[in-house]
Order: sequence, then C-alpha cells, then structure tokens
Amino acid sequence: MPLPPSRTGAVLTWVGLGVAVSVPVVLAAMSPFLAYRNLPYIVGGFAGILCLALLLVQPLLAAAYLPGPGRARERGWHRWVGIAIVICTVLHIGGLFVTSPPDTLDALLLVSPTPFSVYGVTAMWGVFATGLLVLMRRRFGLALWRVIHNSVALVVVFATVIHALQIEGAMEPVSKWALCIAVVAASLYTMVDLRLLRPLMRRRS
Amino acid sequence: MRTDLWHRRSLIAAGSVLGLGLMSKPLHLIVPAQARSLAPTQTMRGGSNNYRPNAPLVKSLGSGFVVSGLVRQAGNGASLKGVRIQIWAATTLGGEREPRNHGSVLTASDGSFRLEMEQIVPNFGQPHAHLAYDDGVFQTVFLRPVMGSARDTSLRTEFILAPV
Repeated sequence: MPLPPSRTGAVLTWVGLGVAVSVPVVLAAMSPFLAYRNLPYIVGGFAGILCLALLLVQPLLAAAYLPGPGRARERGWHRWVGIAIVICTVLHIGGLFVTSPPDTLDALLLVSPTPFSVYGVTAMWGVFATGLLVLMRRRFGLALWRVIHNSVALVVVFATVIHALQIEGAMEPVSKWALCIAVVAASLYTMVDLRLLRPLMRRRS
Repeated sequence: MRTDLWHRRSLIAAGSVLGLGLMSKPLHLIVPAQARSLAPTQTMRGGSNNYRPNAPLVKSLGSGFVVSGLVRQAGNGASLKGVRIQIWAATTLGGEREPRNHGSVLTASDGSFRLEMEQIVPNFGQPHAHLAYDDGVFQTVFLRPVMGSARDTSLRTEFILAPV
C-alpha cells in the first residue's frame, strides 16, 4: 500500500486501526441489552463481535500493510489472529448453545427461522475449514494455497458481514455498518493488490 | 397479415390473467368455495424453542408490553372461549428460559386473550415472542411472531385452531 513512510503516517494508521476496531466493541459493551442477558450469552455475543473486528486486521497483516513490524512479524501475527478467530468462533457458538440450545441447534441444522443464521453457519464452516487447511498447508503448492485460502477467506468475510448486519443485538448499528464496510474494503483491497496488481507490475518490470 | 386483437389464444390468456387477478389476494373478488372455510394456523419455525409446558395461569408477567390476540376455530371461524394460550419471551427480566417470563392466559368469550409483561428485548438477533396452544383438544400450534421494531410495546397475533 502506498503509505507515506513518515512517522506521522505510521502513527495515524495504527490509531485509525485501533479506533476502527475498538469503537464498535466499546459501543456494544455499552448496549442496554447486556443488562438483560446472562454471562454465556454476553461472552458468546462478544466473541462474535471480536471475530468481526479481527477480520479487519487479518488482511492488513497478511499483506504487511501495517507500518513498523515488518513482513515476517506481521505474517506471524496473521497466524495468531487466525487462531484467535477460530477460538472466538467456538466461544460464539458455545456461548449461544449454553444460552439457548434449541435456537443454536436450529441454526447449526439450517432450520432456524432467522435469515442470518445460515450466513453465520457458512462463516463458521469457512473458519474451521481455514484452520484445517492451514494444518495441511504443506500439501499444497503456493499458487494453489493462495487460491484456496483467499477464496475461503472471502466467503468467511462476506458471510460474517451479512450475518452481523442482519442481527438486532448489542452492536450499535452505525458503528456496525462502518466496521462491516471497513472489513469488506480491506479484504477486497488486499486481494486485488496482492493477487492482481502486484503480479501484473512484476510481469511488466 | 391479419392482426386481430382477440383471436382464440389471446382471449384464453387474457381471460386467465383476469381470472387470476380477481382471485388474487389484494382483490379477492371471487372466492372459491373451499377457501371460505378458515385454514388452521401453521406452527412457525423455532416456535417451540425454550417452551416450558404448563406455564402457570397469570394475571400479568409485569408491565410495559402487551401480547394479545384472537383464537378461532378452523373452518367456521367461531371464536373459542376458555382456551389456554401459553406465552413466553426474552424481556428485561431475562432470557426465554427465565421462569418469570412464562405465563398462560385464557381466552374471553369473544376468543380474545391479552397478557401484559415486561418489555420484550431482541433475543438471538430478533425481537420476538413465543405463543403456544398445546392442550390436546385442538392440534398443537407454536407461534414465533417477530416485532416490527424492538421499540414496539405491543404485539398481536391470531390462532386458527383445527380440532384433533
């Protein structure tokens, strides 16, 4: 990403990312609905919100756009954030299951009355599939790995965003929309840059 | 070239369209005989989730939100009196499994029922209530109506019950 190499630019990038990730989470933490929920429901809900927020960080780390740490370190963080997403996904479904087993089973079995459940379950399988694929990564060539990982990642991103936007819950709507737009923009930008523009430029030079 | 406006095929087609239009929902000018008998309400997806059978008969479960409706018999549409309707929802008191959020009411002579409870709050992504008829005389029906807005302070629904 053509970022200004200045210190100010770097600071602004990190502050911007911090605000983009934390404001929706903080506003959700201030939701009046939380007072009417039990602990497993709150934990499950926030695990889902964290997943959405981490999806913004994930492509930026993968492409090492964030100024400072450098490519190798950001790739390492990408892996850790990936593990965090898997854990939060499990906590999300686990928390919801403890809160209401029938509603959660309906969602998992794709017979839920809520239209967003099918997207949530799609994202869940995408996240789990990514975890498995990472474990089997050595079996793929680099080119094939990129196609598979990026495709599944896009499914996870879009399914998660549709899932989140349709839910009436603890998240404040405007900050939720802003975060969702940021997540989609970051994912698409990264994918176009890494898989389209950079290979083209390399071929030309 | 002949360009008759009404040859046989177009007449049949236009007639069919006109007929369908007259029978369709918004117009409803022609009602087929069997549609005049009232069809029973179907159980909704997820309607029975977190159901606790035999919720106690209550005067109210709190105040601020009114769940009301009408119970009629399938076929002739007669109002049903003294029918027990069980109601539960996630409210400001807690979730759907909170016992204080479960109660039953009986229908009045005009088939109407009404239960006041605490404000219903969105649960599992949608603000909704659960209602059940499950007493054996008629076929069991579980409803899960969704509120138009989480700020709504009332909800109305209808049971059309079919004899077992």
